[in-house]
Amino acid sequence: MTEAAETTAAEVVDLASTPLRELNQRLHDLANGADGPRRWRILNPNGAHAVACGIDAEVEVEIEGHVGYYCAGMNKLATVRVHGNAGPGLAENITSGTVVVDGNASQSAGATGRGGLLVVHGDAAARCGISMKGVDIVVRGSVGHLSGFMAQTGRLVVCGDAGESLGDSIYEARVYVRGEASELGADCVEKELRDEHRAELAELLLQAGIDDLDPSDFRRYGSARRLYNFHVDNAGAY
Amino acid sequence: MCGIVGLFAKSTEVEERLGEHLAAMLAQMSDRGPDSAGVAVYRDPAPSGASKLTLFSSDPLQDWDALAADLRNAFGGAPEAGVRASHAVFVVDAEASEAEAWIRTAHPELRVMSAGQTIEIYKETGRPEEFIRQFSLGDFHGTHALGHTRMATESRVTTAGSHPFSTGLDVCLVHNGSLSNHNRLREELRRQGIEFQTENDTEVAAGYLAWRLREGASLEQALEGCLDDLDGFYTFLVGTADGFAVLRDPIACKPAVLAETDEWVAMASEWRAIAVLPGAAAARAWEPAPGVVYAWERQKV
Repeated sequence: MTEAAETTAAEVVDLASTPLRELNQRLHDLANGADGPRRWRILNPNGAHAVACGIDAEVEVEIEGHVGYYCAGMNKLATVRVHGNAGPGLAENITSGTVVVDGNASQSAGATGRGGLLVVHGDAAARCGISMKGVDIVVRGSVGHLSGFMAQTGRLVVCGDAGESLGDSIYEARVYVRGEASELGADCVEKELRDEHRAELAELLLQAGIDDLDPSDFRRYGSARRLYNFHVDNAGAY
Repeated sequence: MCGIVGLFAKSTEVEERLGEHLAAMLAQMSDRGPDSAGVAVYRDPAPSGASKLTLFSSDPLQDWDALAADLRNAFGGAPEAGVRASHAVFVVDAEASEAEAWIRTAHPELRVMSAGQTIEIYKETGRPEEFIRQFSLGDFHGTHALGHTRMATESRVTTAGSHPFSTGLDVCLVHNGSLSNHNRLREELRRQGIEFQTENDTEVAAGYLAWRLREGASLEQALEGCLDDLDGFYTFLVGTADGFAVLRDPIACKPAVLAETDEWVAMASEWRAIAVLPGAAAARAWEPAPGVVYAWERQKV
């Protein structure tokens, strides 16, 4: 597609003049292969909540500015890009598709996500990937405290530092950190970074569009499996 | 849930339109706090030796001009009532503590909302939009201001339980969150001579700051003390004669956004309250880290 064709194809919605519910309804109406624009450009989000939330269609949505709570929540199939910062609960419970934020994300980014990819090019605040259940999360910057709390499956990649209590009570999610992990949470331990992990990391970084980092510079963290897998011999650890 | 806003002017243009900007910010936070609203505005310093009081009366027929005459008789000068809805501001020819003590004795039916050189506090129950209209918030000029919209959790919805809480001369506090050790701490602070007017948890945090400042702590030291001595959830915004400071508790459940341009510094619970400011789209915006004090002060001339 030429650049001109791409530009003309995008459906532009200005939230300064269009009610948010109208936008989200139009996006929801595209589910089940319904006809409609496949490319969307959202102007003036101005911190609104739940922008582009609940999409279930293969569409591309570009959001020009900062968004508030729950942007791209429950995302399925769609690619949502935020050219700005995102508030709490970004891509919460994402099922598939891709959500990309150019700036920073507030707390609980990717919380409970079941699939798909979330990329934050800035920093993510506290509780990034809390209770993640299969989503992949790549953060170019750092994440705040309690990230990966009770993370069940999926991969959390942090190119910067991780705050306190990383991976507290983690299940089977894999966590990669390139910088400092200041303090690991309960039952989270560093594990050996083997070739299969380097390959996995290289693939995730590639998907996130990050091509200047070496997977060998990361450390891997995961569950020591002493907390969730109860053995009476471990009773002293509770 | 509550909403917090703060605006610190770095240019005379923003100072002149401070109230208009504050009103726009506060209106955006209405949904976060529909029970009551309040602001602290810093402006028009009282002359040296004089002080400024903001008083509240629950009597809609309150005769503020008669009070001005009483204040003139007591302290001299020519105090005039600056009336806004249920509140009135007076510049009195006396030290703030002296004027405040006189009001408490001579007019116990009135409540001193704030005292100092530059601070004015206005707060009232009801929807924030109604507060903005009643108090003509758009008219204010000033150097900096704080605002709050309240969704009450810990105590009753009353004017006195609304924020900001004054914490001493020219100092005030707004709070999003809830404190769990306020009852015990209130008793300890009472023993230190700090007075409380409500059963509200935020007032205890305000009293705590007042006590620490009285004991010689800097604002930053007093706020850092909160990390050890307060149990609960909080994003605090503290106003002083020279600026404001922000602190979030280490758990940081309560949101906060900071933004800065060449014209202003703004703090709010959410970006949408800052998005209404001129030049917001190009502002540097970030989330304050948990347990870290962020402070801005005017250059002292």
